[in-house]
Amino acid sequence: MAAHSTAAFTADDFKGPGDTPVFHDAQGKHHPEGGTMLGFWLYLMSDCLIFAALFAVYAVLGRNYAAGPSPKDLFDLKLVALNTSMLLFSSITYGFAMLEMEKEKQGRMLLWLGVTGLFGLCFIGLELYEFHHLIHEGATPQRSAFLSAFFTLVGTHGLHVSLGIVWLVILMIQVQMRGLGDENKRRLMCLSMFWHFLDVVWIGVFTFVYLMGVL
Amino acid sequence: MFSNPDLQKLLFGRLTLDAVPLHEPILLVTFAMVGLGGLVVLGGLTYFRLWGPLWRDWFTSVDHKKIGIMYIVLALVMLLRGFADALMMRAQQAMAFGANEGYLPPHHYDQIFTAHGVIMIFFVAMPLVTGLMNYVVPLQIGARDVAFPFLNNFSFWMTVSGALTVMASLFVGEFARTGWLAYPPLSGPAMSPGVGVDYYIWALQIAGIGTLLSGINLIATIVKMRAPGMSMMRMPIFTWTSLCTNILIVAAFPVLTAVLSMLSLDRYVGTHFFSNDLGGNPMMYVNLVWIWGHPEVYILILPAFGVFSEIVATFSRKRLFGYASMVYATVVITILSYLVWLHHFFTMGSGASVNSFFGITTMIISIPTGAKIFNWLFTMYRGRIDFDVPMLWTVGFMVTFTVGGMTGVLLAVPPADFVLHNSLFLVAHFHNVIIGGVLFGMLAGITYWFPKAFGYKLDPFWGKTSFWFWLTGFWFAFMPLYILGLMGVTRRVQHFDDPSLQIWFVIAAFGAFLILLGIASFIVTLVVSFLRREELRDLTGDPWNGRTLEWATSSPPPDYNFAFTPVVHDHDAWWDMKKRGYVRPVSGFNKIHMPRSTAAGIILGMLSIVFSFAMIWYIWWLAALSFVALAVVTIGHTFNYARDFYIPVDEVVRTENARTALLAERV
Repeated sequence: MAAHSTAAFTADDFKGPGDTPVFHDAQGKHHPEGGTMLGFWLYLMSDCLIFAALFAVYAVLGRNYAAGPSPKDLFDLKLVALNTSMLLFSSITYGFAMLEMEKEKQGRMLLWLGVTGLFGLCFIGLELYEFHHLIHEGATPQRSAFLSAFFTLVGTHGLHVSLGIVWLVILMIQVQMRGLGDENKRRLMCLSMFWHFLDVVWIGVFTFVYLMGVL
Repeated sequence: MFSNPDLQKLLFGRLTLDAVPLHEPILLVTFAMVGLGGLVVLGGLTYFRLWGPLWRDWFTSVDHKKIGIMYIVLALVMLLRGFADALMMRAQQAMAFGANEGYLPPHHYDQIFTAHGVIMIFFVAMPLVTGLMNYVVPLQIGARDVAFPFLNNFSFWMTVSGALTVMASLFVGEFARTGWLAYPPLSGPAMSPGVGVDYYIWALQIAGIGTLLSGINLIATIVKMRAPGMSMMRMPIFTWTSLCTNILIVAAFPVLTAVLSMLSLDRYVGTHFFSNDLGGNPMMYVNLVWIWGHPEVYILILPAFGVFSEIVATFSRKRLFGYASMVYATVVITILSYLVWLHHFFTMGSGASVNSFFGITTMIISIPTGAKIFNWLFTMYRGRIDFDVPMLWTVGFMVTFTVGGMTGVLLAVPPADFVLHNSLFLVAHFHNVIIGGVLFGMLAGITYWFPKAFGYKLDPFWGKTSFWFWLTGFWFAFMPLYILGLMGVTRRVQHFDDPSLQIWFVIAAFGAFLILLGIASFIVTLVVSFLRREELRDLTGDPWNGRTLEWATSSPPPDYNFAFTPVVHDHDAWWDMKKRGYVRPVSGFNKIHMPRSTAAGIILGMLSIVFSFAMIWYIWWLAALSFVALAVVTIGHTFNYARDFYIPVDEVVRTENARTALLAERV
């Protein structure tokens, strides 16, 4: 929050002349660290719990097919593999963007962010295609508890990625408007954490829902 | 109204004029009274030209002190609503025997017990706790505000939106008739097709966002913004319990969000999470909702424990006995609160091994809680105790809460629980711990920190009157319910056949009447204290001879809390400063960096009400429109980079010099 001054409050500042205790910070040396990264990380952990609940629900309901289709009938692993690679690539390119940010190269950073967004859009597009296909075949969320849990878990993740893309576009505009100041760097860091977090969640979805469902 | 029903459906969804309950006399009277009261308040605000100051200094303020006070005002207003529900239930049960059907038909009675539970937990207890933490924690750790001041304002308005959504159900449509946790399949689309459960869901979802964000905010504040020298083991106990409570909030509320979202999908989309057919599993809802719900009761009680710890040390004029054990006990309770949720439904039939695991973990919680009780007792032992009002609440709590704890251990025994499940014994137990623990704690805390917030103490005579009415009222109201519960009377019953039970309900109703006097006395306390504020004035900033940093600054504190950040050497930092001859600095002030007010929070809050109302009534165009508006305002707010400003040196000097003069006058 505060602009950092040169001197910081150190161990020597607890004692005044002749070892008298110091009871207030007269020079205004103490600056609390910014809590944004911690706060955002806490938010991510809370989001992680939402996914945990959805995974748990999938674990409970995932075999309740109600005489309807099962994962083996529905999932096309090749498509999911392609989809997964899109999201993994997008994480790598986001990483490249952050490296450029560290080097203060705004143009190249924006380029990598753009690539990231495109990979994200591909991921969402493929997911929507898959959903459309399933619904077309009669495997709707209303068909069985398994499908309710499936659509909700995968859909919640997809919703997060979509939000991440919106956020990405807004940040690209803001960086173009105001450059790479402290605030924008902090925001880019937050989105970076968000993006990688979604990647990790997807690994869970891929393994738990698709691989374990089909293999 | 419209000749074309499709057009009406498009415009108003399922909202029709019949939704306004003009045919219910009780609701009409309430409507009239709320309308009249609202007119008086709005008229008064306009007449005294208070809209501007209210908007500038309060609604858009990001000052943690003002937000804390607004939370508590919200809670007290909602307490009146929730308590009105309680009185109506007690009156109904006291009269509805045999041929007498009472005055509340079942569908109305069911809404009332649901609304009572929802309001008391989410819109009374939670805002009281959050408000107190908001006000006190930054002061106790020597900070100038919380880590994310705008988020704090936003969280508050989300809580208000949730409360207003519940209130709207009183006048447009109906509230849920499912009990405060809305178990499916009763709360599912087949059994509850009306708007009641949807009001419930959206009110809790909106308020839940506020609670979660305020939890994140306070954790970041406590972890990152403590004054130099305040290590974790030098934090005041209230700050410790706040930290644990907020960790619980962040770790529990997402589960509620998830489970309510799934219930919404069942209701809106027709999925099969909790249905009885096509593979759904209603008991999964019960599990998930209590995985949130059990930590929730510790979210409420831990800050109350913190309040009592501060008060007992201050009024016994001693260091708190067993500071470290108090911290460890708090942390152990925090962890254990996640391992007991199944004790809310031993009767699910999960088998002896599962039930005994959860029974034993539940009983283990009484060990750290007992340690706390002994710590408070040993703090009082050989102390020079002043029985001011906060201390009365503390002693009243220790006696009352211990009984509630013991009946809790009793309920933790699965075979006993099979007999007592869903009985009035359970109702008596949780009121015993929530009133005797949380509510007494919050009233103690309000009395204790009131002079800090407003610059004058609360009138002790009316404070004591309120305390004694509450205490005796509680015992009269709930001891009969223990007895009835042991006799096998179940909860949520609108009418009884056995006349021999009636006397106990009459006694309970008398107890509720005493509590009414307690609430009235509390309001009188506020009024009388305001009128006598010059006599009760606290000029020192330290009216109780306190021990922690909030007493180091003036009452009420300046916007910036501390002109200089305090430096801490001990866990009773202010006591240590006083003992070692601390002299308040009177010169050398600097400009102070502060966050700027913003209207984004209240705008988002109000839009959320529109959105949830539209969703509840299936007014899809309005839902889409308000959702877009929410997104636009949120995104627009991120384009505002001017989030802070400096309080100029002269203003700091002026404020501090005024205090120097006041302190000099006293000596």
